[in-house]
Amino acid sequence: MFYREAGQFKTSYQSDQAIFPIAQDRWFVWGLVAFAFLVVPLFANQYLYAEVLIPVLILSIAAIGLNILTGYCGQLSLGTGGFMAVGAYAAYNLLLRVPETNLLVVFLFGGAMAMLVGVLFGIPSLRIKGFYLAVATLAAQFFLEWAFARVKWFTNYAPSGSVAVANLDLFGIPIQTPMQKYLFVLALAVVLALAAKNLVRGRLGRMWMATRDMDIAAEIIGIRPLHAKLSAFAVSSFYVGVAGALWAFLRLGSWEPLAFDINRSFQILFMIIIGGLGSILGSFLGAAFIVLVPIFLNQLPGWLGVPMSTALISHLEFMTFGAMIVFFLIVEPHGLARLWAIAKEKLRLWPFPY
Amino acid sequence: MLGPFLETLIGGLFTGVLYALVALGFVLIFKASGVFNFAQGAMVLFAALSVARLAEVMPLVLAVGFAIVIMVVLAYAIERLVLRPLVNQEGIILFMATLGIAYFLDGLGQTIWGSDIYKINLGIPKDPMFVLEQVFPGGLLIDREEVAAAAVCALLVAGLAVFFQVTRTGRALRAVADDHQAAQSVGIPLNYIWLIVWAVSGVVAIAAGMVWGSKLGVQFSISLVALKALPVLILGGFTSIPGAIVGGLIIGAGEKIAEVMLGPYLIRWFDLAGGGIENWFAYVLALIFLLFRPQGLFGERIIERI
Repeated sequence: MFYREAGQFKTSYQSDQAIFPIAQDRWFVWGLVAFAFLVVPLFANQYLYAEVLIPVLILSIAAIGLNILTGYCGQLSLGTGGFMAVGAYAAYNLLLRVPETNLLVVFLFGGAMAMLVGVLFGIPSLRIKGFYLAVATLAAQFFLEWAFARVKWFTNYAPSGSVAVANLDLFGIPIQTPMQKYLFVLALAVVLALAAKNLVRGRLGRMWMATRDMDIAAEIIGIRPLHAKLSAFAVSSFYVGVAGALWAFLRLGSWEPLAFDINRSFQILFMIIIGGLGSILGSFLGAAFIVLVPIFLNQLPGWLGVPMSTALISHLEFMTFGAMIVFFLIVEPHGLARLWAIAKEKLRLWPFPY
Repeated sequence: MLGPFLETLIGGLFTGVLYALVALGFVLIFKASGVFNFAQGAMVLFAALSVARLAEVMPLVLAVGFAIVIMVVLAYAIERLVLRPLVNQEGIILFMATLGIAYFLDGLGQTIWGSDIYKINLGIPKDPMFVLEQVFPGGLLIDREEVAAAAVCALLVAGLAVFFQVTRTGRALRAVADDHQAAQSVGIPLNYIWLIVWAVSGVVAIAAGMVWGSKLGVQFSISLVALKALPVLILGGFTSIPGAIVGGLIIGAGEKIAEVMLGPYLIRWFDLAGGGIENWFAYVLALIFLLFRPQGLFGERIIERI
């Protein structure tokens, strides 16, 4: 009904390899992007921007990063929060010490520094894997968190240990109101998601996936594990670093290392498990889910008319996330992205499934 | 000079005993089911909360008894609701499932029992004691609770060793740890074995939780401190009970000594705002260790085939 690809013939390799080979998909994505750029700013209010749209988009970028490492290359990382912190503090220090730097360069620098640190902590992955690697990345998490809390140079000798940025602008256009921030983050998210989608469809992505599925077999057919794993760490950390800088600059404004503690790592890991391991779309769905559930839970007592303390709500949040993780791992290990694919498949045949 | 050093060392070793207690729970489950149980820390917190809150309304012994019942029920629920549907999945999927269990237990424990800081009073006098006063001036300062912790740990390990070596169930557990399929084919029920190991880990968690709780107070941070058991496992090897003990002692002593000996230099060289290298020392030590001996001190060497 909604999906009739009959009559859409692919007559060139180019059209066969397109990201969205079906015309309806293409229109839908274009429509969605246009809606996000043009229509959303017409009705969105301050709360929607600051609490929903901007966090979802920034965390989606981080989730894409982790998904490249964990979902595509199979290297479990619990150090995402630490790498986000590297991005945030690198960007802060560049802007602080060279104030005239273009904002885009600042964010890219944050990503690049996170990339360096990520590759450094990725080196052990050549010898170890699985849980061992998870512990190794925990080392990155705790060490980086500590470094940004203790080394005074990173925070410019701020007595409270917290740092702040203000009055950002890009090519002379200020990025200060929630709408401007939203549009900036949206543009960046679209570009980065497109780049990631193309990376995982290409040579690099195939190398990662072969390594994930069976690393020894991949090595035997001629994939260099050093190249595959470290490139996954590099690309992943770059995304995570950019997301960290965005989170610090545009979501928080002023922050301390606690904003990037281990719970942030778990939060992003949960996003890709619930959204779908090995799926760019899943990163967005997972980020939206994880951001929206606490908001929903906060509204719940009001709707039900049952008074609940904030502590109780935060505990319920923990329980919900835990239960959702187990539920998704058992029922649908490929997450929301897979559910979406199934829905699409069903719509293709509906209403005549035979 | 030697006196303070020895005090630091002893304090570190006792902290190490606590890490070892948590790591013991990990090892039991990993040996028998190949599940890397990230939820062990959450189980310690849950057990400690149960004991602390139950002890408010009944004698401590009775509270511990009830807590054991709770942990066994919990083990049954986990086996039934999480592990059984996920049987034959990859290790990493099971690991992430236990991450979910950890979050769930953290939330559940605090929803049922409350989230304030609670006290567990083991009836051990709090005043420190001094030993070897004739050897060192002023003697060495030792915490009685730490001695009690070490005793509990020794008792647990001895008990577990007897359980594993002598009893019928213990033999079955060792068989499962060796080879799942072979064990199953001689008629050992895997589900039952898993229930047993999770329950035993729950009991170990009660012991760990009580010792931690009486030392630090029962609070959420226990769940995070228990993460230190992970580097302990790396050092000791995932499948070795003696490894968990030795690893715990090395990590505990190492991080205390590093804090005292290395900390001041780091602060001076890098112009730090305070030390606190305890927070990451264990992990970085484990990371460096991994590069040279991935299977740990006592672990079995992994040979991979296609």
